[in-house]
Amino acid sequence: MPERERKQKPAPDKRVEETVDVAAPAKQGEAIKEELDELLDEIDSVLESNAEEFVRNYVQKGGQ
Amino acid sequence: MAVPKVCGIETEYGVVLRGASDPNPVLASSMLINGYVEHRRVGWDFEDESPGRDARGYSRDGAQPPDIETHLVNTVLTNGARYYVDHAHPEYSTPECSNAHELLVADKAGERILARSMQAARRILANGQEVVVYKNNSDGKGNSYGCHENYTMDRQLPFSTLVRYLLPWFVTRQVVVGAGKVGGENGSGHHGFQISQRADFFEEEVGLETTLKRPIVNTRDEPHADPQQYRRLHVIVGDANLCELSTFLKVGATAIVLAMIEDEFFDKDLSIVAPVSAIKTVSHDPTCRATVELVEGGRITAVELQWEFLRLAKKYADETGLEHCGGEEIGGDVLRRWEEVLTGLETDIPSLDGKIDWVTKLNLIQAYVDRDDLSWDDAKLSLLDLQYHDVRPEKSLYEHLVRAGKVERLLDENDVRIAISEPPETTRAYFRGTCLAKWPDAVVAANWDSLILDVGSDPLRRVPMMEPLRGTKAHVEALFAECSTPAQLVDRLAQ
Repeated sequence: MPERERKQKPAPDKRVEETVDVAAPAKQGEAIKEELDELLDEIDSVLESNAEEFVRNYVQKGGQ
Repeated sequence: MAVPKVCGIETEYGVVLRGASDPNPVLASSMLINGYVEHRRVGWDFEDESPGRDARGYSRDGAQPPDIETHLVNTVLTNGARYYVDHAHPEYSTPECSNAHELLVADKAGERILARSMQAARRILANGQEVVVYKNNSDGKGNSYGCHENYTMDRQLPFSTLVRYLLPWFVTRQVVVGAGKVGGENGSGHHGFQISQRADFFEEEVGLETTLKRPIVNTRDEPHADPQQYRRLHVIVGDANLCELSTFLKVGATAIVLAMIEDEFFDKDLSIVAPVSAIKTVSHDPTCRATVELVEGGRITAVELQWEFLRLAKKYADETGLEHCGGEEIGGDVLRRWEEVLTGLETDIPSLDGKIDWVTKLNLIQAYVDRDDLSWDDAKLSLLDLQYHDVRPEKSLYEHLVRAGKVERLLDENDVRIAISEPPETTRAYFRGTCLAKWPDAVVAANWDSLILDVGSDPLRRVPMMEPLRGTKAHVEALFAECSTPAQLVDRLAQ
C-alpha cells in the first residue's frame, strides 16, 4: 500500500507529549452506566406493582 | 403501472377496564369513544362494505359485512378518521394519506386521541374504575389483534404477481419494523425475546381470514374506491409501532416495494421456501443471523434480503422516480433511513436503540436482565414489554424514553396536535373532515367513499368519493369558502 507508506513521516524532533488517557473510555462507560441506572430507577417508579399478577390479568379477546 | 400509494393504518388497541366486576371490553371500548366524542356522533354507512370479497375473484359463503356491529359505537372524526369498536377492541383508522410522513402524523395523532379518550372516560366511569389501552398486538396468551395497513394498488396487476414479491417482503421487513415481544405464542415454542409481535400468529401464505389461520398476504378485496381502477391492499402482518422511524419505514418502504411490483421492476426472484415457517425463524432470532432458504437456491439472512430490496428501490428511484410513493423528498428520506437501519442491523444492533421499536424495547429489557439478574421467563420482563405500549403518557415506558431524550423523533408535536382535529390536505379525507367540521349536523352518515348529507329537504343526498385523490384542499378549499350551507355545496358539486 504505497499510499499509506508515503504518509509515514520521520519521527518528529519535538518531544511528543503522551496525552492519551487510558482511563477515559472506562470513565465514559461509567457515566453511561450511571445514566442507565438513573433511567431504570425512574422506570421502576412508574412500573406497575406485582408484575406476575398484572401480566396474568392482561387478557384480551382476539381481534383481527 | 404504479398508481399513487394512498395509504392508511387501522389499529386495534388492547383494552382493559380496571376495577369493574364485569370488565367487559366492548363496554370499555364504547365508553372510551363516547367519552371522546362530545359532539353529535356521525354514524358510519356500511352500504359499500364487503370484507368477504376476495381479491382472487370469488366470494366466501357466510362472510358478512359488519352490520352485526352496527349497534356498536362507530364515529367519524373531523380529521377524517374512523373511530369505533371492532372485535371487542377500540379501533382507530387513520384518514387516507398520500405519503408516509403524513400517515405517521395521522397515526401518532391516533395515539393522542386514545390518550384523551382515557381521560374523558374517567369522567363517566364509577369511582375506582379506569379504562386503559395498549398499542400492541398480543396479550401474551395467544390472543392477537391487528394493526393493518392499506395501500391503493392498480387493479390490472395480477394478484399472484403481488403475492410472489410480497411474501419475501413481509417475511423480512420485520427486522426493520417489528415491535418486539417477550416469549412465544400460538404453539411457536419460542422462549425469550423475539422481533415481532405478530409473526407467531401467521399460519397461511395467502387467504381471506383475519381473525384465525391468519395469512401473510390477505386477500380482502374491498377497494373503498373505483373498483375498476383500484384495489386496496390490506396488510395484516405488521406490528403496531410507537417509534416514529418504525412507522415511517413500514409505510414508506412498503409503498416503494408495491410501486416496484406494479412497474415489474424486479430483476430477480426473491421467493423464500416455506414463508410461514420462515417468518417465525426471522422473528425468533434477535441477533439477525438466522437464514432462510431461497427458492432459487442458497440461504440468506433477512437483513441481506432487505439489502436486495433496498438495492432495487434505489435503482427504481434513479430510473423511474418516486412520484407515486411520497415524492422525491419523502421517498428519498425513506431510502436514506432504511439504509441506515440496515447498516445498523448488520454492524451494531444495539446502536439502533431509540430508533426502531424492537431494539429499543430489547435494550430496555436487557438492562433490567443485567441489573436485576433476571431470567428470561421472569414476569417482570413481560410487564416491561406490555407497559412499553401503555398509551397513558405517565405510564408508557416508550413515552418515558421519549421524555428522557432516548428516542429519535421525526415529528413536530405541534403537527400531531393539529392532526387530532384536522384532516390531511392531500386526499379525499380533507373533504370528509371539512364537511364534518363545518356542518356536523348535516352529515348523516359517512364512509370511506361517500358522504350522506341532510340538506334540509328530502331526499338525503349522497356524495360519492370514489377517487381517493379528489376532494383535496387544493380541489375544494375555495368551494367550501363559497358555500355557507350543505345544500349549496351539493348544488355546486352537481354543476
